[in-house]
Amino acid sequence: MEFRFFHHFGSYLLMLKGMFSRPENMKMYWKEFMRQCVDIGIGSLGIVFIISLFMGAVTTVQIAYQLVSPIIPKATIAQVVRDTIILEFAPTLTCIVLAGVVGSKIASELGNMRVSEQIDAQEIMGINTRGYLIMPKILASLIMIPCLICIAGFLGIWGGLKAGEMGGILSADQFWQGLRQEWKPYNIFFALFKSFVFAFIIASVPSYYGYNVQGGALEIGKASTRAVVVTCVLILFMDYILAAILLQN
Amino acid sequence: MIELVNIKKAFGEKVILPDVSAVMETGKVNLIIGSSGSGKTVMMKCMVGLMEIDGGKILYDGQDFTNMPEQERKNVRRQIGMLFQGSALFDSMTVEQNVMFPLDMFSKSSVKEKKARVMECLERVQLKDAAKKFPAEISGGMKKRVGIARAIVLNPKYLFCDEPNSGLDPQTSLLIDKLIKEITHEFNMTTVINTHDMNTVMESGDHIVYMYQGRKQWEGSNKDIIFSKDEKLNDFIFASDFLRDAKEMRQMEMFQEKDWRNKLKKD
Repeated sequence: MEFRFFHHFGSYLLMLKGMFSRPENMKMYWKEFMRQCVDIGIGSLGIVFIISLFMGAVTTVQIAYQLVSPIIPKATIAQVVRDTIILEFAPTLTCIVLAGVVGSKIASELGNMRVSEQIDAQEIMGINTRGYLIMPKILASLIMIPCLICIAGFLGIWGGLKAGEMGGILSADQFWQGLRQEWKPYNIFFALFKSFVFAFIIASVPSYYGYNVQGGALEIGKASTRAVVVTCVLILFMDYILAAILLQN
Repeated sequence: MIELVNIKKAFGEKVILPDVSAVMETGKVNLIIGSSGSGKTVMMKCMVGLMEIDGGKILYDGQDFTNMPEQERKNVRRQIGMLFQGSALFDSMTVEQNVMFPLDMFSKSSVKEKKARVMECLERVQLKDAAKKFPAEISGGMKKRVGIARAIVLNPKYLFCDEPNSGLDPQTSLLIDKLIKEITHEFNMTTVINTHDMNTVMESGDHIVYMYQGRKQWEGSNKDIIFSKDEKLNDFIFASDFLRDAKEMRQMEMFQEKDWRNKLKKD
């Protein structure tokens, strides 16, 4: 078991190292990068929109349910919603969902290319397939996923505001007042740092599993599932590590 | 010319190619034939560098491909065109874009010149009308022809075809063979075909290497096959009664032809 882990980890590092070589044609790499930006960024907007709105709304309702003491001002609800969404829900929950959406897409796309010999065809043409197929995916993720997380943060807080207003929990003024209380800009840095780490995991781990598929259609499915599971576990593990290192008072 | 000098390949304990030497000649259709598991696909993958060999050398026109630095290897690879068993076309691209891809990646020509070259290649494989279609919209035979067009678009010196006739009807199969043969002779390429197809062997085999259990069992041309005494080769090529009868008839024809020639010479 341990040896298998080291084997995969070593192969993963070699795959990352293999991405770095002089591009055969910069224009084609740029085109592929832009295509990935559209696929990963624009393609995931819908789901990010939906989950972040509901995430904010549910957080507001649940915090209001728990903070029933008359001595706690209502604006505190908004403050807790803001920090929960920025510190945890927007980066982590969104990335877990993106691991499923983007991760499985990357793994199955590369797996299908491997099985149908499209990767071999490019290798024979003299193309560095790691550089041409994997690097643009990782770079596109590193740019688009933090943007998606920023959008998720804003929408989550807006969803919370609307849920608070519509449910009669707190007024918009109280919510805005809460949002301004005890504001720490460091939280934004923490959320963005997390999103870069998660973005790298979301693109590189499924790429590894997809690129190394052997067999047929069944193996593509298995690789896809394994890629999503490993990505989710790594995201949660790194979430804890980063919180433990970066959130010390 | 491609030379294989004592190449060895094993997967763990299992030895696939114990020690194979062969020469693939320029301007000829070189066939690697053999039953399933005889090591011909592994041999072809080693030749194009998709698999690393454990020992020996592969020489492309005298250059040692095996021990080349990566960049030089890439340069040799750019002179290789390959037709895959499943065609390996890029699903998300049209036929035209598939053929254009190697040009986009490696050619500095203008878009107009590239398009003209693509159309020239598609015309060569009689697929000009299918340029805007996607691989999912065309038949297996058409896919193979697109694969050929993509393989020759950069004017390669070496053409590799992995089972070009698999899954095709006899008529389309003959068309593909004819196309590969014509292209090879027209552009003086070194073509290597890995096949099971007896039509290909008898019609296109300028130079044939018969593999048996990872070793080179026999080497010769399609004409030599008819008179070969090698039992294993005969069992493989002329496996059915029908094929054995056809072989005898062909032998008779060739003898008669020889007699006529001798008579004409005497007259």
